[in-house]
Amino acid sequence: MSNDDILLQVEDLTTSFRIDEQFYPANDHINLDVYENEIVAIVGESGCGKSAFGHSIMGMHHQEQTKISGKIHFKGVDLLSYSNTQLNKVRGKEISMIFQDPLTALNPLMIVGKQIEEGMKYHTKLSKNKRKQKAIEILNEVKIPQPERVYSQYPHELSGGMRQRIVIAIAIACEPSLIIADEPTTALDVTIQARIIDLLKELKRRMKTSIILITHDLGVVSEMADRIAVMYAGEFVEIGEVKRFLKNPLHPYSKSLLYSLPSKNNQGEKLHVIKGVVPSLNHLQRQGCRFKPRMNGTDDSIHEETPTLREVEKGHWVRCTCYKHFHIENSHQVVEEEKDDVFQGQ
Amino acid sequence: MTFFKVNNLKVYYPIRGGIFRRVVNHVKAVDNINFELKRGETYALVGESGCGKTTTGRTVVGLTKATSGEVIFNNLDLTKCNRKQIRESRREIQMVFQDPYSSLNPKKTVYDIVAEPLRNFENLSKSEEREQVEYFMQKVGMSRDSLFKYPHQFSGGQRQRVGIARALTLKPKIIIADEPVSALDASVQAQVLNFMQDIQEEFGLTYLFISHDLGIVRHMCNRIGIMYKGKFVEEGTREDIYENPQHIYTRRLIASIPELDTDQHQNSELLRKNIEEEYQKENDKYFNEDGSVMDLKPVSDTHFAALR
Repeated sequence: MSNDDILLQVEDLTTSFRIDEQFYPANDHINLDVYENEIVAIVGESGCGKSAFGHSIMGMHHQEQTKISGKIHFKGVDLLSYSNTQLNKVRGKEISMIFQDPLTALNPLMIVGKQIEEGMKYHTKLSKNKRKQKAIEILNEVKIPQPERVYSQYPHELSGGMRQRIVIAIAIACEPSLIIADEPTTALDVTIQARIIDLLKELKRRMKTSIILITHDLGVVSEMADRIAVMYAGEFVEIGEVKRFLKNPLHPYSKSLLYSLPSKNNQGEKLHVIKGVVPSLNHLQRQGCRFKPRMNGTDDSIHEETPTLREVEKGHWVRCTCYKHFHIENSHQVVEEEKDDVFQGQ
Repeated sequence: MTFFKVNNLKVYYPIRGGIFRRVVNHVKAVDNINFELKRGETYALVGESGCGKTTTGRTVVGLTKATSGEVIFNNLDLTKCNRKQIRESRREIQMVFQDPYSSLNPKKTVYDIVAEPLRNFENLSKSEEREQVEYFMQKVGMSRDSLFKYPHQFSGGQRQRVGIARALTLKPKIIIADEPVSALDASVQAQVLNFMQDIQEEFGLTYLFISHDLGIVRHMCNRIGIMYKGKFVEEGTREDIYENPQHIYTRRLIASIPELDTDQHQNSELLRKNIEEEYQKENDKYFNEDGSVMDLKPVSDTHFAALR
């Protein structure tokens, strides 16, 4: 991959939210490149800032409650310098979004066909008939049976999997070059999840779209994504190719996440447990390695004072040196009593 | 003596229509199912949303009324016994709910939440009660200072542990866990699952584990029942179900577990495609003409499948 293929370049992005008159960064100096025609997965636990990242790219944050700094280069222009009117020309056309819960993402009072046409109406000069024709084509493309009939149905008449297909149809209506998919399969049953995954992969192959996949499910990542970026407490701790990452995760957090999943190989054994909980925004220790409090009794000397993402192999980036000293034993780690991990003011 | 058994359980919901709102049809949420729990095991009910697994669990604890059939526990049929007997049985069968955010009363302190079953069933003095609550809170790994906090002050995993502590206080024999970890993050999920295994050993609990996540079920459960449209399509031990699935629906469920091993992807994608084709083509081999599931036939001593 050369630099010419970079579609989206996020540089030093910091997104802060207001809590009690103070701003706390939910994304802290983030850098990420998204190449053309690839799926990048952003993985982390709830509250780590992965959705905030997606929303920053889309410019969807409340303007008074958030402060954003840094640069988001998309096809050579900085989206953060755009006004809302300018952004509207990009959103839905060049970049679009797939939301987690298809029922709340759709308008219950509008037939689905019209909702798919909405973007085209705004961004293209197609006539009414052409739009309808195209909407039906798209319904066909996301594999909805009897698209003519579904065109004039309301969201409540469709099943969960069908609704998610409609949400995907809306997202691809204007043939965007980047789709941000925020937990696209979390609300769905496993069999439907598998089909939506296959559908998104096929769309990516055919339309040459890049997808930023935001998820907490490593199984979905393994099935779909080309590269993975693991986020912890508002920072990327590891970025790499999915294949290599799953075989050889380096950062302690990535390792812990993988080992905490039940799989064929650890049947009957105890699962790995990460000590403590994800710190909330206003209680986060911002100095040094942010994962340190959750590693069991490690030496301070193995952590860097100001950890940075370093390229350890080609295309494989890890934050902090502590990964060299972290190993997971298969034995069960006792969860110690947690006294100070009460969530306050959330 | 059987420990716990469900015989021909049916839960139908009437559909009313016409001007007199007469019953025109039924939604068969649970349609004639049978299963047995053995002491100390973990039995899983698996299926997609709407298959009736939660309804089964709720009927077993008595939160939903059975239309017909028997739920036998301690040689008593729970669907037909009187109030007093039902009350007694509730001490022995407790439930852990899916969503720890809505199953704990936000106006009560954790102490009151955990003490509630004790107050309902046992006549304890204040100090005895305190002792009991502290004992169980410590068992679920929560510190003493969290006793007088409110649910909103805790994270999801901790809340779920409070829910489990509440279920434990009466020293039940059976715990019905309805998707106990599906609202939790992976790392927290691991914590709760480990801990459920620990207390199972310690208190000799039997779990009825309701879940849609086949990965977790493989990790936790000895025997598994797969449900589809209110009926069982397959039942067997963990090995039966995962190594030798018979019914197309089971195979489809297993094939759709996302595969972590990237080398296997092409295989699994192909497998999914083949199963999907077979599912479309050979429908009549597995389902009746009206799309309903057939009756279970034995495959081996432990393994049953709904085949022609």
